[in-house]
Amino acid sequence: MKFGVIRFPGSNCDDDALHVVGRVLASQGATGKILWHKDASLDGVDAVILPGGFSYGDYLRAGAMAAHSPILGAVKEFVARGGPVLAICNGFQIACEAGLLEGALTRNASLRFACRDVLLRVEGRPTPFTQAIPAGRILRMSIAHAEGRYVHPDPERLEREGRVIFRYVTEEGEAAASANPNGSLGNVAGVTNERGNVLGLMPHPERACEALLGEGGEDGRQLFESALAFARGEPARVGG
Amino acid sequence: MADSSTRGPRKSEPEITPEVAREHGLSVEEFARIHEILGRAPSYTELGVFSVMWSEHCSYKSSRRHLRGLPTTGPCVIQGPGENAGVVDIGDGQAVVFKMESHNHPSFIEPYQGAATGVGGICRDVFTMGARPIALADCLRFGRADHPRTRTLVQGVVAGIGGYGNSFGVPTVAGDIAFDECYDGNILVNAFCLGLARADRIFLGRAAGIGNPVLYVGAKTGRDGIHGATMASAEFGAGTEEKRPTVQVGDPFMEKLLLEACLELMNSDCLVGIQDMGAAGLTSSSVEMAARAENGVELWLERVPARETGMTPYELMLSESQERMLMVVEAGRESEALAVFSKWDLDAAVIGIVTDTGRVVVKMDGELYADMPSMPLAEGLVYERPMSRPVWLDALQAQDPREAPVPADLGAALLAVLGAPGVASKAWAFSQYDHNVRHGTVLRPGQGDAGVVRVFSPDGAREKGIAITAGCNSRFVYLDPFEGAQLAIAEAVANLSAVGAEPLAVTDCLNFGNPERPEIMWQFAEAVRGLGDACRAFGTPIVSGNVSLYNETEGRGIHPTPMIGMVGLMSDASLAMTQGFRGAGDVVVLLGVNTDELGGSEYQKTVLGQLSGRPPRLDLGRARAAGGAVRRMIGERLLRSAHDLSDGGLAIALAECCLTGGEPVGLVARIDPAGLRPDHLLFGEAPARYVLSLAEESLARVVALAAEACVPCALLGRTGGDRLALEVGAVHVELPLAALAQAFHTGFSRVAD
Repeated sequence: MKFGVIRFPGSNCDDDALHVVGRVLASQGATGKILWHKDASLDGVDAVILPGGFSYGDYLRAGAMAAHSPILGAVKEFVARGGPVLAICNGFQIACEAGLLEGALTRNASLRFACRDVLLRVEGRPTPFTQAIPAGRILRMSIAHAEGRYVHPDPERLEREGRVIFRYVTEEGEAAASANPNGSLGNVAGVTNERGNVLGLMPHPERACEALLGEGGEDGRQLFESALAFARGEPARVGG
Repeated sequence: MADSSTRGPRKSEPEITPEVAREHGLSVEEFARIHEILGRAPSYTELGVFSVMWSEHCSYKSSRRHLRGLPTTGPCVIQGPGENAGVVDIGDGQAVVFKMESHNHPSFIEPYQGAATGVGGICRDVFTMGARPIALADCLRFGRADHPRTRTLVQGVVAGIGGYGNSFGVPTVAGDIAFDECYDGNILVNAFCLGLARADRIFLGRAAGIGNPVLYVGAKTGRDGIHGATMASAEFGAGTEEKRPTVQVGDPFMEKLLLEACLELMNSDCLVGIQDMGAAGLTSSSVEMAARAENGVELWLERVPARETGMTPYELMLSESQERMLMVVEAGRESEALAVFSKWDLDAAVIGIVTDTGRVVVKMDGELYADMPSMPLAEGLVYERPMSRPVWLDALQAQDPREAPVPADLGAALLAVLGAPGVASKAWAFSQYDHNVRHGTVLRPGQGDAGVVRVFSPDGAREKGIAITAGCNSRFVYLDPFEGAQLAIAEAVANLSAVGAEPLAVTDCLNFGNPERPEIMWQFAEAVRGLGDACRAFGTPIVSGNVSLYNETEGRGIHPTPMIGMVGLMSDASLAMTQGFRGAGDVVVLLGVNTDELGGSEYQKTVLGQLSGRPPRLDLGRARAAGGAVRRMIGERLLRSAHDLSDGGLAIALAECCLTGGEPVGLVARIDPAGLRPDHLLFGEAPARYVLSLAEESLARVVALAAEACVPCALLGRTGGDRLALEVGAVHVELPLAALAQAFHTGFSRVAD
């Protein structure tokens, strides 16, 4: 499965995502390549990653400038054809600004940048990146953002349609205020689109793919392994 | 070229008088020396250029003769001091490039932008040499916790560091923060950056190759930061606030583009030399590049991309606008370079040419504004400032902190020290820094005694570790600059050893007061002598650094603070050792010799409210042996945790071990006082000691390795339970983990939040 990681000016987790798909998961059949924001083609990739970072410095609203990049036209066509897109952190912000996902990401309630581990509960309808992860499983990975407070005008509809995919929770799995790092509505950490092929989340699964790195563990791998299973068309269960 | 020797000041420029020279911070002698060098009166632009190049900040005129005594070479050193950053070999054809630099004055005036541009500047120094930055560290010193400005300064500086580093995309993995009233009017913001490069592709700041074009790349030049270097070379007084316009504004996005464009250009072979425009902007970059290559440059300022209209040559030369680079490329290959910059949407222009004249010539619209020999400008001046041992030092050292009575409640004393803002958890600050971008962070800040980042060998087969520690206990240096500086090096070695890394090399940031005062100059000379001796003993050369003088406000100097950044290497990153206890049932041992030395300790400051006596004695040989023993134990995978003893001594190290390994873990320990008073034993800060935890079956081997290194090794107790229980002779100190956690986790945030 060939992943295309889009490099916008100011992306800084592009190398991290490429490292995971091109190296950490290479033995499982993943490959990766960088796509340039000025290009109009996705070069035949099977999945797209919109990586984290500070595209265009986030000097306007986060993601607002990158949403108008030439390559976003190709991404929109790709999404319309059902292609899988994983939008991480700044990528999530870009996807919202580009209309690929609903809602918006505003300044953290603390008004501060926050980098720390969080716990996420997997729920909602299946997406390519979560279909092999049993619902209710709790994953640990880290956040690193100043604008991750998810808002949506009609959260009930989102819930009803099973489009909330990740929620910030306590170790007991409760979506408590104490587990919410940024003031997101309903502790929402990640959502999908109507069709279920675009997944956006603020935490960084690509930073939680190697046991060596910090004590975050490898929970982030499950998203990529799920996508690999999806591409093979096999029913699978990842992460034990 | 016009005959410069006969030309006077340009009609459009102000007239040069001794008064104007004084306003530029030039002494009468320095002004006369400029006349002598030029053989005539300087033009206004020339005066400006000389004033910044000869400022303390750029010229190191007071410090240089002392710095010559430092060890700067060694088998691993590829590039020592004198370039943008130091370069050290880490094997496999790879090198790390690193440096630490101060941004004290700007950060005091405008904390967010001052700190942000400090980070930006040090990152440029590193990637200028061809290295991709992979780790940051910051050492911060603020005034006393209850000073009315402290909270604002902490918040602004921390936000500024995060605001720049997070966006630029480099993890902050180490550093420390301390508070003392000596920094009330003069905070310290020292930023460290480390990058990874190919050992055979290091780029230097040299304007080589006569006829090669000089390129300007990056942000447009504005009127910001003019005379920032001069500001950094004077004491603060009343009216400092008015200097806000001399602080620059950072743009991390622009710098990220510059980074990627520069590294891309460096993959081709058309780049000859490169230097960032930091302090003194276009002036220092062009002069230093010309001087290093023993060439000249001619600049055509009308081509400099400017943000404002009507900028004069003086302003263009002295602007400290951020995120700009000066480079020399091979003649005829300008278009290759310009194509890379265009890809990254960066402004770039050819603004001059390398000449064989040995002179820096500045023209604008064809008119000559400056024509100066590059060597005397770059070499600057060397002063032999008078030095004298402070008259108050003998009396201060003669006081014996051991004479204070034993506190009635040692548990309360422990909580007070653990909750002191300089000791307590810095998670409040570190969580505002991205510490795991770039898929390399093995040890996060606070997880171990040093930060560790993973580096793949070029073939991808091995994962090496680069360990970074940065800090300095300036109370020790204040009480004895020579011993204190040695202790700072020993502490850095201990931090690296505790994570399992072999110490490689050092960068320093020497923060001192006004060098025109003989006692400050003496402190400086003694501290540098101490650094040199300790670095020689540990085999860690100093490969880069920065001197920041005039850290005074209204005549009150800071404690001498030689901040030390030390880098270590691990052949296997998976060995990186954390500091906190990992679970119940492990054996805990103490490595090293306890003493009753309290001078300059955290206990003396926080509980006794004093600063006096002498810092703890350091036996360099014993420290080297202890560090080596710990590294060996880690290398043999014998340990479950390792933590060196520093601020707060044994009691605080044990408390930190209980609290920082994830879920808190208790400890029951019996410590043989060996004749020491319990408070001295618990809080004394003798160096070269470590708390280790291990599985029972490793104990015999650990004891044997300690004995082999002639380092005492005492069994303290066993982990487990919900309290820290210490039995010191007849004295029992017992505290619930919850009480320790409360002190540790709120001690800093109550000052900062």
